[in-house]
Amino acid sequence: MNTIIFGFAYLLSGVLFILALKGLSSPVSARKGNTYGMIGMTIAVVTTLLIHGSGLDLSRYTNLIIAVAIGGTIGSILARKISMTALPQLVAAFHSLVGLAAVFVAIGAYKNPEAFFAGGIISTGSMIEMSLGLAIGAITFSGSVVAFAKLQGLVSGNPLVFKGQHLINLVIFLAILVLIYMAAMDIKTEQYFWAIVGLSFLIGFLVVLPIGGADMPVVVSMLNSYSGWAACGIGFTLQNTALIITGALVGSSGAILSYIMCKGMNRSIVSVLLGGFGGDAADPAMASGSAQQGTVKRGSADDASFIMSNAQKVIIVPGYGMAVAQAQHALREMCDILKEKGVEVRYAIHPVAGRMPGHMNVLLAEANVPYDEVFELEAINHEFATADVAFVIGANDVTNPLAKTDPTSPIYGMPILDVEKAATTLFIKRSLATGYAGVDNDLFFRDKTMMLLGDAKKMTEEIVQALNLN
Amino acid sequence: MEFLSFFSIFVLSVFVGFYVVWGVTPALHSPLLAVTNAISSVIIVGGLIAAVASTGVDLSSTMGLIAVLLASVNIFGGFMVAQRMLAMFKKKNK
Repeated sequence: MNTIIFGFAYLLSGVLFILALKGLSSPVSARKGNTYGMIGMTIAVVTTLLIHGSGLDLSRYTNLIIAVAIGGTIGSILARKISMTALPQLVAAFHSLVGLAAVFVAIGAYKNPEAFFAGGIISTGSMIEMSLGLAIGAITFSGSVVAFAKLQGLVSGNPLVFKGQHLINLVIFLAILVLIYMAAMDIKTEQYFWAIVGLSFLIGFLVVLPIGGADMPVVVSMLNSYSGWAACGIGFTLQNTALIITGALVGSSGAILSYIMCKGMNRSIVSVLLGGFGGDAADPAMASGSAQQGTVKRGSADDASFIMSNAQKVIIVPGYGMAVAQAQHALREMCDILKEKGVEVRYAIHPVAGRMPGHMNVLLAEANVPYDEVFELEAINHEFATADVAFVIGANDVTNPLAKTDPTSPIYGMPILDVEKAATTLFIKRSLATGYAGVDNDLFFRDKTMMLLGDAKKMTEEIVQALNLN
Repeated sequence: MEFLSFFSIFVLSVFVGFYVVWGVTPALHSPLLAVTNAISSVIIVGGLIAAVASTGVDLSSTMGLIAVLLASVNIFGGFMVAQRMLAMFKKKNK
């Protein structure tokens, strides 16, 4: 009887998690969805304690309460204090924790089969499931640690490539598969189990190291997906419906995000994984001299203010540079003044702008930009033709027309925002350097373009001042 | 046969995930990452089982306890940061 009730409880928690994701279909329903998620989590935890926690001495519960209290406090503080610019790092760090938790659960189950398996015997099937969860968890952990270090700037965002890299990765990958097979055939031999842990940690590091900073949206989504599959593997081991459902949801969610990000760059997931493409945005001091292919029209904040206050429609194109300069608040202020002057203002977001999916939307929301002024590429691209000004702030490659015209360009085929179709294009950039793809943007040299060279935040603030004077 | 029923749940959940996530508006992809982060920490269940299994201190229960701690960071952090992001998304004319 109880087993049935508990079974239903886990199922309910899985369903609530589905509703949590369903809520995200619109900002209106999203908060309610989040509440469903929290309820689902509570049900899963309480159910587990009811099944497995009966008849234990209080000291064990004390340990659990302390563990949850410490973890919960750390998590809450991080969630409250983190700046929205640093969000990608936080998400990467969180992924690493899911991965590590999966590893620890697998070790716990392996060392104490009585608690996890009927009759205390690990079957061959369970061992395979557990090893898969263990391996994916370990890869998620070490991969996310590297992603975190790159996003946080602890290690260079530039791709780290060395000779024979892919061969080594392939060999390690095959070795892990062989070890999983051997572990399943010979469950008692602990060495196989630990070797899976070690090699999986190693390959996680090796796979993410060669991937450049600009590909981080894909990496973050991919690790999100892995963390789901790891949970799934453990879910099969524990025969727990809530875990299996959730793992599958998260796994496919991360996979879809990876797909969207890859499509946004017109790259295949394989080429991203092979790495070597796109480091941090090119160093301005280093590259400023390299782009002398024509005359550039430079403008001042006053010029920009004049052009925009006489426009009817301005489309803002934010990029990672805006995030780095923390220019979103000044930008919103600028747009408020423009709107007061009767200018129609809209925002255009490229799918891969920023360092994680949806990063720009969150930064704009943080600066109180209403979300119904913010549009995705497909929804707004045709409007550039009727816009008087395209105001590009901290973006580059995602506006480069070469992606359409030059089949030899590394960014060829990437969907771009058609800022060239606007009557005037204003670029705020620190320099004329190339973007992450290392490609010159010939928009900089066109007659309709005016370059506003400087820090995105400072320049925007100057435009705000100029607008206020007029 | 038991495996088959769990595997069925798995396959159907992948499909549910596929359709639900395609329905997520791109503007909320960052909160989506935070929420999926939080819910995948339901792996805390495994940590709890290991932690409460034995009365003494051994490798398995210690691992379970650490897993519980790590998953808690994620559960609280993930839901709260998602909440914080979602609170910022407002419509025009407040």
